[in-house]
Amino acid sequence: MHKRSNEPIVWSLFGAGGVVVAYSMPVFILITGIAAPLGIVSVDVLAYDRLAGFAAGWFGKLFLLVIISLPLWQSAHRMFLSLHDFGVTGGEVFFRVVLYGAALWGTLLPLYLLIGM
Amino acid sequence: MENNDKTIEIEVLRYRPEEDEKPFLQSFKVPFTDDMSVLQGVQYIKDYLDGSVSFRWSCRMAICGSCGMMINGVPKLSCKTFLREYYPGKITLEALKHFPIEKDLIIDLSDFIGKLESIKPYIVPSAPRALEEGEYLQTPRQLDRIAQFSSCINCMLCYSACPQYGLKPEYLGPGAIALLHRYNEDNRDSAKAGRMQLLNAQEGVWDCTLVGYCSEVCPKDVDPAAAINRNKVNSAMDYFLRCITPRGGN
Amino acid sequence: MSTRKPYVRPMAGWWLKNPVYIRYILRESTAVFVGIYAVILLIGLIRLSSGEAAWNGWLEAMRGPGAILFHCVALGAAVYHAITWFAVAPKVMPPLYFKGEKVPLEKLVTGQYILAGVIYLVLLGLILWS
Repeated sequence: MHKRSNEPIVWSLFGAGGVVVAYSMPVFILITGIAAPLGIVSVDVLAYDRLAGFAAGWFGKLFLLVIISLPLWQSAHRMFLSLHDFGVTGGEVFFRVVLYGAALWGTLLPLYLLIGM
Repeated sequence: MENNDKTIEIEVLRYRPEEDEKPFLQSFKVPFTDDMSVLQGVQYIKDYLDGSVSFRWSCRMAICGSCGMMINGVPKLSCKTFLREYYPGKITLEALKHFPIEKDLIIDLSDFIGKLESIKPYIVPSAPRALEEGEYLQTPRQLDRIAQFSSCINCMLCYSACPQYGLKPEYLGPGAIALLHRYNEDNRDSAKAGRMQLLNAQEGVWDCTLVGYCSEVCPKDVDPAAAINRNKVNSAMDYFLRCITPRGGN
Repeated sequence: MSTRKPYVRPMAGWWLKNPVYIRYILRESTAVFVGIYAVILLIGLIRLSSGEAAWNGWLEAMRGPGAILFHCVALGAAVYHAITWFAVAPKVMPPLYFKGEKVPLEKLVTGQYILAGVIYLVLLGLILWS
């Protein structure tokens, strides 16, 4: 009678992603995008050896996977819902494929890279 | 009427289905005293200036839920809003947004009534109860779980506030979901599984994007946004655990 | 015979008509910047896995004035995301009781800011000094 929605899948990823963004992204943007490029913090903070060493360990792999992929799911889901807010009603399947596909790509690619690092 | 020189301009979005193709604004000058509600203002218009202006009202004390309207673009109860909050500025009145206008400030609320009926807004006992068994006993904590959501007066301001309902009228909406939650959370009720089916649909909780405006405009502090979004968690758990709990979880 | 002719008002431009809606659209727009930054991090990871020279190229790209400008805007977006997230997250939680009393939602909002502050400091400490 009432068709069950599959939205809980993306909503859970959206929720997890939103938590990650809220509790960590400002710090990362500050460091990688502003403080290090402008020299406010030493460029050694983002040195290759340091980051590669971090990515070698299992904790580093998990950490990097989480901070890249979950925000992508949050962003994709919110952008998908915004389409509806702006009156875009058609092409639902197309937009789901593009947006969630990008988030899925942004999950599988890091996974693949990190396993090999 | 007190003899004083103060007047306030009240603009009403008029619509007469037999005469008009679309709504239009009509301006009135209403004598102002600082104790007048917006409802009294529009009653003055009807009594003395234009008897054809039509609007709903009843209790004048924010409990019947009849007098909701857009006041300067914000959904409010006209009996609970005062002219002095806007004086000397202009007040613009419009029928509650996101509902079809029947006439002037009167909306077609049949969609909301249908949704209200669909959620089974009554206690469904788990077994028939004989009078000799006495009354249900409810602890203060059990009552606390439902008290806030049972305060709903069906005024529909939340539907006017909710852009998702405006964009997609199939959405169950804040008021109906808040009341649904009230019955699901009542320990005397046993119809949760059936109501969950309404919530689990796309038009249930999943059309909500947590704008949160519904809870801001509610004159009774029901907090429908909380009812809806707690049920997103419930619905998600029901979705993921349905293989383990085939009855729909609890 | 019915003379009803209900008038349905159009929704076009709805979000421009109320400051509450404008703030909501602003909140939703943060998703664009969050998404772009996550892609920037993804590209960084690709470069990191390709070796030191590629990684340094990514670091160099972050130094461009356009990049820094973007990150300033993105920082604002991420902060606004956090503020609005903390404001509405309590709506998702079931009622919490502490010593018999229901915890008011405002306390849950404040609690998240405190938790975020602690986590930000821990992250900064780890990034800068570990």
